[in-house]
Amino acid sequence: MAGANRGITDLTAGKIAIKARGITKVFHGAGNAAFKALDRVSVSIRENEFFTLLGPSGCGKTTLLRLIAGFEYPDEGEILLDGKDIALLTPHQRPVNTVFQSYALFPHMTVGENIGFGLEMLGKPRREIAARVDEMLRLVRMEALKDRRTSQISGGQQQRVALARALAPQPKVLLLDEPLSALDYKLRKEMQVELKRLQHETGITFIFVTHDQEEALTMSDRIAVMSGGSILQVGTPREIYDSPDKRFVADFIGEANFLPATVLSASGDAAKVALGAGAEIVAGLPHGERPDGKVTVMVRPEHAEIASGTSGATLAGTLESAVYLGTDTHLNVRLGDGSSFVVRRQNDRCTEAGFVPGMPIGVLIRDGAAQVLKY
Amino acid sequence: MAQAQDIIRAAARRDIRNRWWLSSPALAIIFLAAIGPLFVVVLYSVMEKGSYGDVKYWQFSGQGWFEVLFERDMFDNTVSLADAHLSILWRSVKLAAITTVVTLILGFPTAYFIATRPRHRRDLWLFLITIPFWTNLLIRTFAIQEVFRNEGLLNVVLMKVGLIDKPIQIMFTDAAILLGMGYVYLPLMVLPLYASLEKFDFRLAEAAADLYAGGFRILSRVIVPIVRPGIIAGSILVFIPSLGSYVTPRLLGGGKSLMLGNLIELQFGQGRNWPLGAALSISLTAIVMLSLLVYVRASSKTEVRHG
Ligand SMILES: Nc1ncnc2c1ncn2[C@@H]1O[C@H](COP(=O)(O)OP(=O)(O)OP(=O)(O)O)[C@@H](O)[C@H]1O
Ligand SMILES: [Mg+2]
Repeated sequence: MAGANRGITDLTAGKIAIKARGITKVFHGAGNAAFKALDRVSVSIRENEFFTLLGPSGCGKTTLLRLIAGFEYPDEGEILLDGKDIALLTPHQRPVNTVFQSYALFPHMTVGENIGFGLEMLGKPRREIAARVDEMLRLVRMEALKDRRTSQISGGQQQRVALARALAPQPKVLLLDEPLSALDYKLRKEMQVELKRLQHETGITFIFVTHDQEEALTMSDRIAVMSGGSILQVGTPREIYDSPDKRFVADFIGEANFLPATVLSASGDAAKVALGAGAEIVAGLPHGERPDGKVTVMVRPEHAEIASGTSGATLAGTLESAVYLGTDTHLNVRLGDGSSFVVRRQNDRCTEAGFVPGMPIGVLIRDGAAQVLKY
Repeated sequence: MAQAQDIIRAAARRDIRNRWWLSSPALAIIFLAAIGPLFVVVLYSVMEKGSYGDVKYWQFSGQGWFEVLFERDMFDNTVSLADAHLSILWRSVKLAAITTVVTLILGFPTAYFIATRPRHRRDLWLFLITIPFWTNLLIRTFAIQEVFRNEGLLNVVLMKVGLIDKPIQIMFTDAAILLGMGYVYLPLMVLPLYASLEKFDFRLAEAAADLYAGGFRILSRVIVPIVRPGIIAGSILVFIPSLGSYVTPRLLGGGKSLMLGNLIELQFGQGRNWPLGAALSISLTAIVMLSLLVYVRASSKTEVRHG
């Protein structure tokens, strides 16, 4: 019941493409101050997966990607590609290609020459290179611009060339470091669709870095949420959004209300908890965890409802403000203990909302709408 | 529409006019300091030589130019090629070209090294590179003499260590001239190379490595083509003064290894043949211009070929 809306995490599904084990990376800055950019990071990325590293700026996403590409070497730990440790190989020895955030296209070459560069370095015959370059140009829909200089094409087109160039040698894994961040909103949406299509058509494992949570949710098969050099949680977009197991994850992805609670009883992946205000609800438990005693539970604003009367409500409070957002209305409720709670309510044309700031209001949290956090 | 275009055109005209205006001081200096003297030298080269140097003014003769390449036998008047001049010419071009190549080979890693240091350290390295400029060229060349002459530092040390038992003759050879010119002109190569390499986006080198290029091909296919303007500028800056250098061959080459600069000086001095000296000077300028043309053409062609 509580876990009914959870995605299925089956760790045995699909072969593992990249496995990082206990990766630690320390940078030695100017004043000999050592900085741990990654701290014992372990993660497994499956073949043909669209895997996203998501986290705030400076959390180590780029560093992890650069370690996989071979531009940096880990201080500890190993990186396995198809079971072989590649952590100490040079970049040109790894069947891994990168789409750089700055694109890093060669300015002295044409679009076609950029795309063919990797194949040329691999010593492929001319004819094969030409055919493959044309195929790549078709794939990213850039046939007409083959002989242009890279300085003579737009940002979106440069981004496609960077993609085609990295895909041309058919790497086992493609690394993409915030490839869309330099594009405007509309182009970014288009390229998101394009990227998904390319990943689907080529069947190559994509490791994608972003700090845009919406982008991560819409594109990924699985997401790893990072913070301060560690991976906090790995899961499908749905698992990450609906069942975050840590407060940071819940907060970073979407909006969340946090309530203090006490675990009364637990069974399977759900627990009966008593909220601070007294009401008892059934909440989901973090994967394989059995917390007891005092915990924090998380409720998404759109998973809570406004009770029709204060009697049947889980929480009671007063309405502080109602913000009309077109599709939804954000209702800011001040609870009895002084904390605030947000309810997001979908609008329709027929019912008059009739929310007046200051009015007493009840919040209803149905069984399964809340999630117990580990910390 | 048409009006707007008129306005734009008028603005462009004004812009061009202003540009001429603003560059007129520079143009005046260029004319007075470079083209004027050159014109005088051209005039001297086509006048009759005076008996005690100088020229006989407004008596024109092709003798100066004739003597650049040919010599007339004093007794039977037969004409033959001026071997001495040709060998000096050849030596000059050869030594200048070798100097350019050597300074490029030494200067590129140096510039690369400086450009890849942390930003705050680069100034210090550049500063060190420019230290030789602080002292007069003559003094620096005498210092080189001190190091390389038969009783000089190098030979003494080598003999003390026992690697050789009689001094190596370095002074007064082409090798000495090369050493001297390489030393003097190396900074002129390093600075433009550094200017190019410093602007080079090293993420491109990472991208090339990511696309399976090894160290050598990162250099030859990505770095060198992109910093080519710096290579060209450095080569020009080294080749031109090397070709016409005077002090270095004079002091390190002794009287034996002459270069064009020394030959020209000879004609204006002891030789008392100003028209020949002037004609040789113009020839030197022509050689420089021609080599530049060939060089720039060749390097821009390779750029087109590479994409
Ligand atoms: N070469 C380096 N030397 C010193 N510190 C570094 C170096 N590279 C990264 N760091 C530090 O390591 C941390 C992680 O950097 P990283 O580039 O991986 O962050 P990120 O998650 O990619 O951030 P962003 O979203 O801003 O790109 C940062 O605090 C950064 O300052
Ligand atoms: Mg980054």
